[in-house]
Amino acid sequence: MTLTQDLAASAGNLPTAPPASSAAPGKLTDLFQLGLDAPICLTWELTYACNLSCVHCLSSSGRRDPRELTTQECKQVIDTLERMQVFYVNIGGGEPTVRPDFWELVDYATAHHVGVKFSTNGVKITPEVAARLAASDYVDVQISLDGATAEVNDAVRGPGSYATAMRAMENLHAAGFRGFKLSVVMTRQNIPQLAAFKDIADRYGAQLRLTRLRPSGRGADVWRELHPTAQQQRELYDWLVAHGEQVLTGDSFFHLSAYGSALPGLNLCGAGRVVCLIDPVGDVYACPFAIHENFLAGNIRNDGGFQAVWRDSPLFASLRAPDTGGACRSCGFYDSCRGGCMAAKFFTGLPLDGPDPECVQGYGESALASVPSSSAPKPSVDHSHRTVPVTISRRRPPSHDCDESPLAGFAAQ
Amino acid sequence: MSTDTTRFDLDRPWRVDPRVSMRPEPFGALLYHFGTRRLSFLKNQRVLAVVRSLADHPSARAACTAAGVTEAELPAYARALSALAESDMISERTVV
Repeated sequence: MTLTQDLAASAGNLPTAPPASSAAPGKLTDLFQLGLDAPICLTWELTYACNLSCVHCLSSSGRRDPRELTTQECKQVIDTLERMQVFYVNIGGGEPTVRPDFWELVDYATAHHVGVKFSTNGVKITPEVAARLAASDYVDVQISLDGATAEVNDAVRGPGSYATAMRAMENLHAAGFRGFKLSVVMTRQNIPQLAAFKDIADRYGAQLRLTRLRPSGRGADVWRELHPTAQQQRELYDWLVAHGEQVLTGDSFFHLSAYGSALPGLNLCGAGRVVCLIDPVGDVYACPFAIHENFLAGNIRNDGGFQAVWRDSPLFASLRAPDTGGACRSCGFYDSCRGGCMAAKFFTGLPLDGPDPECVQGYGESALASVPSSSAPKPSVDHSHRTVPVTISRRRPPSHDCDESPLAGFAAQ
Repeated sequence: MSTDTTRFDLDRPWRVDPRVSMRPEPFGALLYHFGTRRLSFLKNQRVLAVVRSLADHPSARAACTAAGVTEAELPAYARALSALAESDMISERTVV
């Protein structure tokens, strides 16, 4: 590499990337495109169990899977991440804090130099827990809230979930935890509340994090009603530009970069290149939004564990190969948006080498119109709470003697 | 982030912040600061060698020289170190 005046670039909060001062932002992106020896960070969903049933849950969570990793297996994963020098993991679920060994695993990770940021709906963030969290440099917390009012939030996340999240933030704030994250999935219903979300974050000393709604998991069922309108996308982009690095995005809005200047961050799909997902049963997927067999790279229970999956999986190798741009190649904005989000295309039934369904140039909308919604692939994993009420059956009269007793009809000798 | 180098003194002793984790990569290295939760990149092997050896030298200038940085290249390295200092990845160490 030639010597530029920019030998070191700062990247802001993970997993975002080079700031405006970078002399050659494109260059690093190109390097990342080819993948890293280890992920920068990865998402690890510890359980499919959840006390909530959010309508847009990207992992279709609800019920625990009996095959979930044991405490010992989780510790082995952490040992591997330490060896690979993965700086930190984003722990999620389901609701990760409902695992009885959750705090044990957090302590084990931080003792082994793997930082932890975990996402929670706040259900277990008591004043005692908040005090403990505030004392560690190596643990960060992300509270999920999808409406700045109970009305908007609870319609998506369920009754009482707004109050739970607010109480958790109050506890964190009172314990002196500064800079925890308030994480919001942007929808048609909450984009008018952008300023209100910022106020809530400021009130609790939190940092606002806005992410994109994906048609993943149960999100596929509600995406058409919940995803922002074209006009709202523009409003969101302008708001993000105005707030710069103060507001985190997890790099999830890089498809909006085609409006003009790039948003802070990597502006590339990191799937299998700089990020991936380990799910509760040890399956490794290219990205947290792509829980489908087509994006399954391997399982950490197999020989070689996570490291072998990251380095040797043929799926990841193909994701790291230079992409051609496909149908988007002739578009003048391809260098900005890079075709958008793989998972968003896949779960809306669009080809992976074409436009994003929310392409700001409008190509996604016309592509969607030509795809029957029934052709979109269904998630291959579903742990949703069963919504059909289970009724305890009452004894019905036997329709046949043998229903009562196999010996019915045999007279005692 | 400013590229102002007036705050960076090449002739002072420096070190990598103890809360920083450094991971070599083919293009240089990734640095992650657990306190600020920020990520930085080192874009080549030589700047990595400089940063790694800061604590072993009486000054940042000496660390650069030992890593083979020429006089002509020095300003670029000073700017890189300055950026790292501004994001708290490296800090001045007190000489005993």
